[in-house]
Amino acid sequence: MPENSVSADLQTGSDKMVEWTDFERDTIKDIFSRIKYDVVGPAAFARCLVVYPWTQRYFGGFGNLYNAAAIKGNPMVSKHGTTIIHGLDRAVKNLDDIENTYTELSVLHSEKLHVDPDNFKLLADCLTIVVAAQLGKEFTGEVQAAFQKFLAVVVSSLGRQYH
Amino acid sequence: MTTLTAKDKQTVKAFWAKVSGKSEDIGASAVARMLVVYPQTKTYFSHWQDQSPNSPAARKHGKTVMMGVGDAVTKIDDLKEGLKELSQLHAFTLRVDPANFKILSHNILVVMAVMFPTDFTPEVHVSLDKFLAAVSLALAEKQGQEDPGVGVNLFRVTPARN
Repeated sequence: MPENSVSADLQTGSDKMVEWTDFERDTIKDIFSRIKYDVVGPAAFARCLVVYPWTQRYFGGFGNLYNAAAIKGNPMVSKHGTTIIHGLDRAVKNLDDIENTYTELSVLHSEKLHVDPDNFKLLADCLTIVVAAQLGKEFTGEVQAAFQKFLAVVVSSLGRQYH
Repeated sequence: MTTLTAKDKQTVKAFWAKVSGKSEDIGASAVARMLVVYPQTKTYFSHWQDQSPNSPAARKHGKTVMMGVGDAVTKIDDLKEGLKELSQLHAFTLRVDPANFKILSHNILVVMAVMFPTDFTPEVHVSLDKFLAAVSLALAEKQGQEDPGVGVNLFRVTPARN
């Protein structure tokens, strides 16, 4: 399955905990305290459906996804985008145990929803772009690195229960 | 590998017309981010005295890269032919692992989002993403082919790009 994303790949064994510097912790918490959840979530998810159209395969029941305008205006897309960002919030509150935080969600995405885990990286890239647009110049290279590391850990945890 | 539609080309040209005035800043910022977020890319710049992200060398390189991107926009109808020389340079002289083109492309997109949040819509994003992927493919074109300076390669290998 071709890889389309450049989110930093993170190999975390089950006996290895992710280590966060103070800067990374503060940065991640700061980002999430500043972004508007009901703007960023829907925008990132809609962008993912537009930029990587094969991701639409999982949302057959969402109605009109025919073009970018339809996707942006689709209420089910907005609602799911908000759900996703609130899901990320759980990781922010449990930075030292993201793996266990997402055990059930990983099983859900694998066993029930049958989502190719490569798609998590694509959504992560779209989140990076949308947060960058929201924060502007304050989204420095160092902030970007911390944010992408956080997303890489989330993506890795969501893929853990696949077999 | 998807081809660029007429709409993609139109979108890229229109967006480039809007942003090209800032191409030096875009390039500098993209290269700086690449060096910070993907430190393994610094290995290509060990010849710089100052490898810090905002060094004069890094800024200059950003400018060079974006001049190449701007040139590619004018050659958007035949990137393979238009970027032949740059492809030779990256394949035979610089020997860049093509995976790094994707990394730099990603950082160019992040900079577009930072600098042009309203203009960098999802529609523009997808066309620009496809364009940068096509440019990357054209730059990787010469990998594994005959090196005119060295002789015939025994294996014709196309790199696994994704």
